[in-house]
Amino acid sequence: MSFRHILYLLPLLVFLGMSVYFALGLGKDPSELPSALINKPVPEFDLPPLLEDIPGMAAADFGGEVVMVNVFASWCVPCRAEHPLITRLADEGIVPVYGLNWKNEKADAKAWLNELGNPYTRIGWDLSGRVGIDWGVYGVPETYIIDKQGRIRYKHVGPIFRQVLNESLIPIIQELQAE
Amino acid sequence: MIAELGHFALVLTFMVALAQSIIPMVGAARGDARMMAMAEPAAAAQLALILVAFGALTYSYVVSDFSVFNVVSNSHSLKPMLYKISGVWGNHEGSLLLWVLILALYGGLVALFGGNLPPALKARVLAVQAIIAVGFLAFMLLTSNPFERIFPVPADGNDLNPLLQDPGLAFHPPMLYAGYVGLSTAFSFAVAALIEGKVDAAWARWVRPWTLAAWGFLTGGIVLGSWWAYYELGWGGFWFWDPVENASFMPWLVATALLHSAIVVEKRDTLKSWTILLAIVGFSLSLIGTFLVRSGVLTSVHAFATDPERGLFILFLLVAAIGGSLALFAWRAPSMQGGGLFRPISREGGLVLNNLLLSTAAATVLLGTLYPLFLDVLEAGKVSVGAPFFNATFVPLMVPLVVAAGFGPMLAWKRGDLMGALQRLKFAALATLALAIFAAWLSWGLEALGVAGIALAAWLGCATLAALAERIGLGRVPLSTSLQRAGGLPRSAWGMTVTHFGLAVTIAGITGASLWRTEAIQEMKPGESVNVAGYEFTLDKVENLRGPNYFIERGTFTVRLDGEVYTVMDPEKRKYFVQQRETTEAAIHTTFMKDLYAVLGDETNGAWVTRIYHNPLVPWMWIGTLLMILGGVLSLSDRRLRVGAPKRHAVPAAAVQPAGAE
Repeated sequence: MSFRHILYLLPLLVFLGMSVYFALGLGKDPSELPSALINKPVPEFDLPPLLEDIPGMAAADFGGEVVMVNVFASWCVPCRAEHPLITRLADEGIVPVYGLNWKNEKADAKAWLNELGNPYTRIGWDLSGRVGIDWGVYGVPETYIIDKQGRIRYKHVGPIFRQVLNESLIPIIQELQAE
Repeated sequence: MIAELGHFALVLTFMVALAQSIIPMVGAARGDARMMAMAEPAAAAQLALILVAFGALTYSYVVSDFSVFNVVSNSHSLKPMLYKISGVWGNHEGSLLLWVLILALYGGLVALFGGNLPPALKARVLAVQAIIAVGFLAFMLLTSNPFERIFPVPADGNDLNPLLQDPGLAFHPPMLYAGYVGLSTAFSFAVAALIEGKVDAAWARWVRPWTLAAWGFLTGGIVLGSWWAYYELGWGGFWFWDPVENASFMPWLVATALLHSAIVVEKRDTLKSWTILLAIVGFSLSLIGTFLVRSGVLTSVHAFATDPERGLFILFLLVAAIGGSLALFAWRAPSMQGGGLFRPISREGGLVLNNLLLSTAAATVLLGTLYPLFLDVLEAGKVSVGAPFFNATFVPLMVPLVVAAGFGPMLAWKRGDLMGALQRLKFAALATLALAIFAAWLSWGLEALGVAGIALAAWLGCATLAALAERIGLGRVPLSTSLQRAGGLPRSAWGMTVTHFGLAVTIAGITGASLWRTEAIQEMKPGESVNVAGYEFTLDKVENLRGPNYFIERGTFTVRLDGEVYTVMDPEKRKYFVQQRETTEAAIHTTFMKDLYAVLGDETNGAWVTRIYHNPLVPWMWIGTLLMILGGVLSLSDRRLRVGAPKRHAVPAAAVQPAGAE
């Protein structure tokens, strides 16, 4: 076989390679999330602050009280949609909310918070997305609930709507606070 | 009874397609004219039978026959008639039926308009079309029967997902499918050509109208979907790089590349195997796009119910269709001879650059879409995983493409003169500079990158007009002669001009909409006001009303500009009775230069979350894409494609020989 023939074979080989992945992906339920981290302590990490006046976030900051961690980025459209609800949670004192600013340039993230307001008591700035991987972040927005022992107890993928807030998040938060 | 009739027609369609896929193919191989001639009536019969099946399902929806499982799952007696009908294709089984119907429609059209095709090529093309149909009809009959009955018969249906109950989305799937499936014709021509071992200028000319039609529908389908996302999702954005959006975008990119490379085959008899590959890849991406989302491999908001058994079947179909055609390509294409040579700086060179950039862009989008799968990481819900990835990779590919699109039409075939082209484009460059300065002045204080986007759009627009002026000798010959020449230009030249100009307008629109948007999100009580981009929005009141199958919460905003009432906007939030789902209906006030966009959100303690956007140049996006489609239609009406059946010149015997012996 000449080089020319191998070249013409390339599209087929690429496609067959893709098919293997498709076949492996078939048996999995795409909406189901691996719960490897559920009930485990938050992973070891230490993130620098995003804003001057708001502290950063590290594994040592958890424990003692129930906390919600919200993964956000300025480039994420659904994050804007859920932002008022997050703000309300924080403002009404239902739960302190920490922010994990994911794969975001500092200036963009700052401008975003300036514009929409900052509901977060702590913000960890994760430019490379490395810490996000440890947390098992698939995309933004995502929201985690951490209990008094510093363990991850619940994870919500996608934007928070009022229904999600009232029917899952708030009941779970209250239950964990009562523990 | 009607449902059974539909089911029966579906089975018959399958039988006809099976015959059509075998007999003409064998006939073409043996040179048996009678066997080849069978393809045409079979294509017509297939179309007639599938129409009966589609009609039967539509009828079941119209009369709300709740003994049909599909109708129960996706319809409701209170639903407006438009959505009863659009509900036919708003679900997995029905959309497959529509898909096969459109496939049969294209087959029928090839049979009808293919009078100038050589009989063997026509027989093979129709046989390949039928093979595709056989695969999908078998899939429907074995795993996704739309006519399944249910007993006991429920009193009412489960209704259609409210997000889909929308006029934009009623027509979006048929349009998009007409595009996806239209690429099947180019695919069939490519496979037939591989079997024959013969690709020439005549072949390229026959493929072109089908590709153009598919491209036009695909453009329309994507725009409708994008428009829907813009006003229905209520996030002020129009493109989210969602897997399903990407699924429609990849075939579009490849179809665009194919349109351009087919020109080179037609005019210069070269780039043949590349063009064949594009035709195969274009349809393959359509298949991956339409069916991957149903297999459970990827999900998105658009995903239909998934089931592993179906997934396996789909995977099998994909491997058979795509793998089979690519294997054929690997076997036969190396023996196809390239034609004329050309210099890098030439019309061909420009078109090759266009193809490289477009196919790289398609590959990038494919990588970004499947990346989560490759990492075994899958999205759930509307999650923006990839926007930074796509913006960082896609935009840099598009910039040189658009710059080059300005030069391309100025270059001669075979050997172009870049300096000469630059010389002739100097006025376009000056006009671009002037427009960019004007845009910078208008947008002072907003994102500066936007000016670059506008400059890019201005360049393409001006260079396109300059090429037109050059062609008709504007300014060099008397105006009347110029006008006469303009009238005499082939429609395809006008098509190119209008489409490129439309692309320029679209780019300007996208720039404004993504970089110069202003927005305000706040809680508002009735009577309160907010200022967005100089417009003062006052929330006057929020009322509760009732629609046919939903409750309405409607806010009324009075918008004032410099203290005077500018317009009144009333965004709605709907809650559907049956599925208990909420949808937002953004209020949009459109003028030539901008959209004002208002969304009513959730209420707490008498205050509503409101989102208000000032979206500059958004209407240009829609106008630009309409121009692009119009350009496609103009090109399609070129008389070269309609009359004067292109004669196939004698082909050297060596090229006809199968290549397998090598």
